[in-house]
Amino acid sequence: MKSRHLLGLEGMSRREINLILDTAEKFKEILARPIRIVPTLRGVTVVNLFYEPSTRTRISFELAEKRLSAEVVNFSASISSARKGETLKDTVRNIEAMKTDMVVVRHQAAGVPYFLTQCLKSSIINAGDGAHEHPTQALLDLLTIREKHKKIKGLKVTIVGDIKFSRVARSNIWGFKIMGADVSLCGPSTLMPVEIEKMGVKVYSDLDRALEGADVVMVLRIQLERQKGGLVPSPREYTNKFGITRERLERLNENFTIMHPGPMNRGVEIMPDVADGPHSVILDQVTNGVAIRMAVLYLLSGGEGKVE
Amino acid sequence: MNRSTGEGKGLEFDLAITGGRVVDPESKTDQIADVFIRDGAIKKVEKAKGTIGAREIIDAKGKVVVPGLIDMHTHLREPGREYQETIYTGSCAAVAGGFASVCCMPNTEPPIDNQGTVKFVYERAKQAKCRIYCIGCITKGREGEELTEINDLVQAGVVAISDDGNPVSDSRVFRNALEYSRMFDLPVISHCEDLSLSANGVMHEGFVSTNLGMCGIPAVAEETMMARDIALAEFTKARLHVAHVSTEGSVELIRQAKKRGIKVTCEATPHHFTLTDETIRTFDTNAKVNPPLRTKKDVEAIKRGLKDGTIDCIATDHAPHSIEEKEVEFDFAPPGLVGLETALGLVISELINKRVLSWNQAIAKLSVNPARILNLSGGRIKKNSPADITIIDPKATWVVDPSKFLSKSKNSPFGGRKLQGKVCHTIVDGKMVFEG
Repeated sequence: MKSRHLLGLEGMSRREINLILDTAEKFKEILARPIRIVPTLRGVTVVNLFYEPSTRTRISFELAEKRLSAEVVNFSASISSARKGETLKDTVRNIEAMKTDMVVVRHQAAGVPYFLTQCLKSSIINAGDGAHEHPTQALLDLLTIREKHKKIKGLKVTIVGDIKFSRVARSNIWGFKIMGADVSLCGPSTLMPVEIEKMGVKVYSDLDRALEGADVVMVLRIQLERQKGGLVPSPREYTNKFGITRERLERLNENFTIMHPGPMNRGVEIMPDVADGPHSVILDQVTNGVAIRMAVLYLLSGGEGKVE
Repeated sequence: MNRSTGEGKGLEFDLAITGGRVVDPESKTDQIADVFIRDGAIKKVEKAKGTIGAREIIDAKGKVVVPGLIDMHTHLREPGREYQETIYTGSCAAVAGGFASVCCMPNTEPPIDNQGTVKFVYERAKQAKCRIYCIGCITKGREGEELTEINDLVQAGVVAISDDGNPVSDSRVFRNALEYSRMFDLPVISHCEDLSLSANGVMHEGFVSTNLGMCGIPAVAEETMMARDIALAEFTKARLHVAHVSTEGSVELIRQAKKRGIKVTCEATPHHFTLTDETIRTFDTNAKVNPPLRTKKDVEAIKRGLKDGTIDCIATDHAPHSIEEKEVEFDFAPPGLVGLETALGLVISELINKRVLSWNQAIAKLSVNPARILNLSGGRIKKNSPADITIIDPKATWVVDPSKFLSKSKNSPFGGRKLQGKVCHTIVDGKMVFEG
């Protein structure tokens, strides 16, 4: 790995991503064993710093760390309470003063992982910063697709939903583009950030056109709590125009895949029969999340891709 | 430094600045001349014949001698946030940057919305190194609802009114402010921002904000409000001055307004003609500012506006914030950057040396133009004008080191940048207040 940190997929090389995916595959073999724990990170202390509520990502990181025999400390804080007290910089420097090695950080403000690299010596892993990046999510998505399709290059990937506020979308755009896939976006124009085409993607507001010939459909959570801002008139209208129903899947390529990073609003952005249908890899994504995070922790702590 | 004591009998002047390139935009002067000062006023500008009868002589050979610069948009933070800046420390930064006068914005705590606070500022300003001119609030408490007692403020010596930092969102209130201030021929300085459009934005809305996943402040947040303000200025025939123009569309709105004969003037900041939103890629909170750093296209448009005269003034929008306030998550950092000590270097490096503006044009925007807008006596090198003079070494290069700023705050995105053009002397009221 070129960097000691994983801040995002933007600017990463295909070689590095492949290294992470290959390493994750080896860890998957370990996870399939009866005893799913290795001593790789024994003596390494990892802090999980979660300034935003998270179930899946936090548990996934914690399991990954524990299965590598790392010592794990969890810190969760709501922004409002944290802001009343000491600054983020003071908090993290205090924690590091207790001798920690790696920090996994989730924060609502974009750029916080980068900020931590400026004030800490530890390796920093981004577990989601604002609407900026969520690199381990995109890596686990890439792994899931590579397993199923045996390749990523040349696939047509369509990401549907709230692109504007989605770090998952951004990391996946970078990841899939780097790996040679063709990426299209589809969503309400109010949830499509300006000039996103410059990231090398096609933008659609007509879902049927966006799905035409796609191999992979990634359905994003529509954040119902944001809709007070009038970006989408109602969940009903959203479902009518952008909901992924079984009928709509007829436009896809034969061996298509349905993904969702969770948490899902069943019946809003994705219909239950699609989410639970034969083409869905939603739970495989979650399984792969642990392996990906093990690989990232291992490689950033100085490992070289040879897992025993 | 290049100072000596005059010799001979009957010393007629207190100070002579000899052999410099005198640039006086009002008279379009740009020639080698000597400037003679007595009793705090300029007494003579001409090539000396024979001995120089002055008690003190500054040899300004190779230097540029300009009217003491005027910054019409400064935040001095006093009263209320003296940990960021005081009138005194701000004045030290000002004279180090070549400014002989600064106009302090009223978003203090409490705000400068009544005669008592204006008097307090002027009382404090007695200690200052440079001239301080007070700008008063448009509305009480800067709340955008009730007009301040503008007559009282004018009596106490405010030179303009502004709710800077906040727009006056209510159009009727802004109309009334323009109409009422017309009685005093007082400029109303507008911070153009439609708050419902800028909402949660922390940087310019464009590809970089999309890339970084940050909430954007669209250019139209500024432009829609500016269009309203211009329409109201036309309707009321009052004097509107638009603060910190930052977008291509804004420049065009003002260009058209001026063509139609509307009494509108405006200013641009050095950071808006120098930096773009690309600067935010390192999440540098010192580059977080309102209005935000825009795109290359906007920077070019501002330069064109400066060149064709659409933009009358260059103002710093010097906004001090402490290190603790800025060393936080980008979303939570307060907007603003300090500019007094880098403005002139940026003007010389980015505008004069790159042939966007001539010396006369550039200095006009830093002296006589703000003086005209605010009805100040400074900003000119001519007989009987106040002896406010800045002497610049146009060739000297230096690297910006915020830790060396005289300002109490160091929040500059220009640290490490190499600039050309350095202040050698700042003279206010005939007295040397800074020597570089």
